[in-house]
Amino acid sequence: MPSASAKPDAIRELAAKQARFAFKARLFSLLRAYFEAHGFMEVITPSLIGAPAPEEYIEAPPVPPGLFLRSSPELQMKRLLAAGYEKIYQMGPCFRQGERGRLHREEFTMLEWYQAGADYEELLEFTRGMLISAVTALHGSGPCPCGKSTIDFTAPWCVLSVRDAFEQFADTSPKASIETNCFEEVLVSKVEPALPKDRPVVLKDYPARLGAFARLKKDDPSLAERWELYLGGVEIANAYGELTEPAEQRRRFALFNATRQSLGQKPYPEATEFLAALDAGIPPSAGCALGLERLAMILSGSERLDEVMFPEEALH
Amino acid sequence: MFSASDLKKGLKVEVDGAPYAITEFEFCKPGKGTALYRCKLKNMITGSTLDRTYRPTDRIDKPDLEERELFYSYHDGDFFVFSDSETYEEIRISKKLLGNKVYFLLENAQVSVLFFKGQPIDITLPTFIDKIITETEPGARGDTATNVMKSARIDNGYELQVPLFINQGDTIRIDTRTGQYAERVSKA
Repeated sequence: MPSASAKPDAIRELAAKQARFAFKARLFSLLRAYFEAHGFMEVITPSLIGAPAPEEYIEAPPVPPGLFLRSSPELQMKRLLAAGYEKIYQMGPCFRQGERGRLHREEFTMLEWYQAGADYEELLEFTRGMLISAVTALHGSGPCPCGKSTIDFTAPWCVLSVRDAFEQFADTSPKASIETNCFEEVLVSKVEPALPKDRPVVLKDYPARLGAFARLKKDDPSLAERWELYLGGVEIANAYGELTEPAEQRRRFALFNATRQSLGQKPYPEATEFLAALDAGIPPSAGCALGLERLAMILSGSERLDEVMFPEEALH
Repeated sequence: MFSASDLKKGLKVEVDGAPYAITEFEFCKPGKGTALYRCKLKNMITGSTLDRTYRPTDRIDKPDLEERELFYSYHDGDFFVFSDSETYEEIRISKKLLGNKVYFLLENAQVSVLFFKGQPIDITLPTFIDKIITETEPGARGDTATNVMKSARIDNGYELQVPLFINQGDTIRIDTRTGQYAERVSKA
């Protein structure tokens, strides 16, 4: 048995990560237990898929001769909704080509869940209950220690419309930012740094153009039923009141594929099974996708995703 | 040209016709939106800083930079002359550009000179040089504390802080990156 100091650095790095990995495992099992207790069924859909959702700025890594690693399990899980599954969740790997940084890895673990009959407000209440339950089990009651600061999950969450957040923190409107093609720049440089960090923050009601796969609000179709959760200034989850109209979904797929082409990206193959499910009828539902390693990173007081993840594999 | 995905800390780029080094770099991807590459840039000539955010489709110019090993020969008024030992070419660099580094130039010392579009913009000196103290208050005998400092000068008039035990005529080592005292090499 070699002494600890004789072990290669890579092995010592793994040994040093054991406490974080144990924390992450505990978090994952608490979340699973919460879903089970609330009548959700765990599902597993393929990681290797034929037709990724045509997101404008997300690249699913291609796997020759014609498959892709999923960037999200969304289309497959919605087929389960169409088949009558009412409350489903999944924890599994997702892949996004070229995304690397403090808060990004090309492979990460997504928690994604859908509930038929729920709207995006109810989904937010469910998410709040789930996180309070997990955080209390991990850290006890009271504000959750997250590195140098704390986040009080039981305090009223700061829920801001995207419009209010832009007006308050960036002195501009989302509409004007989209028109001048700098929505993301304003969000990243002005809005996100100004968000409160002592409690969870939710940005909701995105401009319709940024709704992706969210349905539009009945009382104001210029807005989409979408919210994003931020913890400690870091984006953690994205939720929709799901778009279930086949014609509008086809229109958006075409629009997003056109954007992809204008950016030099190949359009994805048509998601025929998903579109057939949509035509057959997906019930009104809401869904949320949450980055599990980001959540583990924040709740364990880590600064970088790498601290809570197995080291990335290099090319051999 | 660089594409935005080439950007990283330490990379040198050209912005508005000037060479910049990336001092901070962050990959961002807000919501479902476009990726953003956020950079803090430092002008390699003036030292001024700049924030720039690039999108994946942006192209960034590569600066025409060249590094050459040259020898310091002599100074001529406000210019310092360096020579290439193979071609004997002489390069004149102004005192203004060299700043405090002029005090640490030793004759025949090899320095690395950075050129932008053929013009010298910076030099890198040997990290340590040895110099004789020509002027300082007499040292306190037996005082070997290194945390109490006093002023001293070297032959070319450069003034720095040295420990109390250093005397006139001692040879000391200077860190050329900071211009500060590093250690005593020998006593007078």
